[in-house]
Amino acid sequence: MKTLMLGNEAVARGLYEAGCSFVSSYPGTPSTEITECIAKYEEVYAEWAPNEKVALEAALGASLRGKRSFCAMKHVGLNVAADPLFTISYTGVNAGLIIGVADDAGMHSSQNEQDSRHYARAAKIPMLEPSDSAEGLAFAKLAYELSEEYDTAVLIKMCTRVSHSQSVVETGERVLPAQKPYEKNPGKYIMMPANAKRRHPAVEERTKALTAWAEKSEINRIEPGQDKSVGIITSSTCYQYVKEAFGDTYPVLKLGMIWPMPEQKIRDFAASVDKLVVVEELDSFIETHCRNLGLSVTGKELFTNIGELSQNLVKEKLGGSVQAGALLGEDIPARPPVMCAGCPHRSLFYVLKKLNLTVLGDIGCYTLGAVAPLNAIDTTVCMGASVSGLHGFVKAGDEENAGRTVAVIGDSTFIHSGVTGLINIAYNESNSTVIILDNSITGMTGHQQNPTTGYNLKGDPCTKIDLESLCRAVGIKRVRVVDPYDMDACQTAIQEELAAKEPSVIISRRPCALLKYVRHPGPICSDPEKCKGCKACMNIGCPAISMEDGKVKIDTTLCVGCGVCEQLCKFGALG
Amino acid sequence: METKNIMIVGVGGQGTLLASKLLGRLLLTKGFDVKVSEVHGMSQRGGSVVTYVRWGDKVCSPIIDKGQADCILSFELLEAARYTEYLKPGGRIIVNSQQINPMPVIAGAAVYPDKLVEKLSALDINVDALDALSLAEEAGSSKAVNLVLMGRLAKHFDFTDEEWMDAIEHSVPPKFLEMNKKAFEAGRSA
Repeated sequence: MKTLMLGNEAVARGLYEAGCSFVSSYPGTPSTEITECIAKYEEVYAEWAPNEKVALEAALGASLRGKRSFCAMKHVGLNVAADPLFTISYTGVNAGLIIGVADDAGMHSSQNEQDSRHYARAAKIPMLEPSDSAEGLAFAKLAYELSEEYDTAVLIKMCTRVSHSQSVVETGERVLPAQKPYEKNPGKYIMMPANAKRRHPAVEERTKALTAWAEKSEINRIEPGQDKSVGIITSSTCYQYVKEAFGDTYPVLKLGMIWPMPEQKIRDFAASVDKLVVVEELDSFIETHCRNLGLSVTGKELFTNIGELSQNLVKEKLGGSVQAGALLGEDIPARPPVMCAGCPHRSLFYVLKKLNLTVLGDIGCYTLGAVAPLNAIDTTVCMGASVSGLHGFVKAGDEENAGRTVAVIGDSTFIHSGVTGLINIAYNESNSTVIILDNSITGMTGHQQNPTTGYNLKGDPCTKIDLESLCRAVGIKRVRVVDPYDMDACQTAIQEELAAKEPSVIISRRPCALLKYVRHPGPICSDPEKCKGCKACMNIGCPAISMEDGKVKIDTTLCVGCGVCEQLCKFGALG
Repeated sequence: METKNIMIVGVGGQGTLLASKLLGRLLLTKGFDVKVSEVHGMSQRGGSVVTYVRWGDKVCSPIIDKGQADCILSFELLEAARYTEYLKPGGRIIVNSQQINPMPVIAGAAVYPDKLVEKLSALDINVDALDALSLAEEAGSSKAVNLVLMGRLAKHFDFTDEEWMDAIEHSVPPKFLEMNKKAFEAGRSA
């Protein structure tokens, strides 16, 4: 049946049809929907793991036990899973193992723009790169065949435009292979030096064998063109931009497998055209490969390694002309993302700003506490870095600025990698104050369950990690819970914990305002008679509050009635 | 046929994804090759959002570039102004005249430009502005702005009632179906 599917959904469908039976992932835009979609198939066991390293190790375990397994993550998640990744290259697999990784060129929802293709080469693991949903489905199935035939994990690299574009796919039936027996094999699975030394040559031989496969595989295909003055090598969404820009004008070598790349096929293609051009997003990966083959090639001098490419950009850089649109010639104010009306993080950040604290931030919706008018965050690096960074920041400080710094981290991020930083705080005794913003869900990626919510990926009730007990168990004696909507209570708690001469954790607890089960009191009323136009309520950056003719105005379609602005109004104009 | 391009723009949370889902289904059942490109994640939090819908015999790129859109369906006035550059000369912009202040305007760091409908109309494009929010509220819910705008879009496309209704039925929950159909009609006849 023909149907429209997101790239991520199509990969999930391909995994399902290929008999994938075990999935363990950590959410991250733009990869999240692969796991959400496959979880909808009853036959597939699927879970959210606490982080990507755990997810990949769990998937390896399932593969060794004999079931086709999968795990997904965003590009920065692969950094977390890099430790098992490099050694899984040596162990190989039993049943097929696929790792989905989604890059975010253009940083629609990410903290950096790293190019995950480097991991394939560095870890010596083959990587397939679909260019639309149909290939997402097909490559997922192909990846299991390659995985089992060549005894290797296989990476499937997505990007925002492939993950989050719907295109037409044709679905098939699920074929479930028999579970493979687990056989003890110390030389393959115990990677101590003596064994690993024997495995490394096998890895190198495997790459040679896969290169030979890449030479003949139809997923690395040459599409003829009428004008051989230019020949283009490309892959992924860039292939679509090239075809959009030039149709069948220039010959194209479309790479479906981005590592290892063919050699002879590329040489032959280069020899058949006057000028070899590589069109790829982010780093010069294919281009560098061509240079290593001694070929003359044009790539990054035309196509930036910053942000996304597009059909117009490809066309213009190769001498084509594009149509200009209608320019309004008006300054259009930016519309950056903001914390939602009723977001429990907002009031907490207001208090942090009011106390003029240095705030080490983390990854999640609450990163938006960094933007105006709150401007309440000093750093954002990676998952967990707020807590571990705070320890160093405090240790390196002196008496004068003691008690002026906190870390803020969400519930899911804390479980992901904040807890290890907290153990360091307790063990190495820094007088740190960590604030866990517990909104009872993984928010930014679109409401995924996590170990603190009491529900699993399938929506069933499950063991709920008690954050207070966890913090106490690692050695933090001062643990307290506050309601972020109550700003006075928040301020008191933060001041007391900063003054205490030992580490402490404050759990700022209130569910995300967008959760369906959360009941709101309804919009606040504003009284223009009482409003003096002092704009105190504007300092919290709530999208539901604006000024009209010098008086406060509440957007009742947005306001949920959290009452935070009410606490800021000295004149009783809000309530 | 040449590939057709519609951009759906608005503010995160306004329901632009439902509009693209509906349109995607409709075009697929018509037998076209279709691509619909969305943005998820951080930008959805009240930020400027854009969805690309493309169809034809064979669609390659999932995105629409500057100067390529046949039509922009804008859920908010400022967002219409932000993306006019993506319209082809002579292209059409269907715009909900609702104004939602972005944070820089709320915070006083920027000003919401005035007379945007007039300024847009002065360009070499077709501007069709309507108060979709009021029409949606009359139909039963402020959340039905997307169906009002779909109805307005339907005026300019040669699809049958049955085809539209099938797409609506497959895109909205059954308990809101009647209200959404009403909103669609309101947009089409307004």
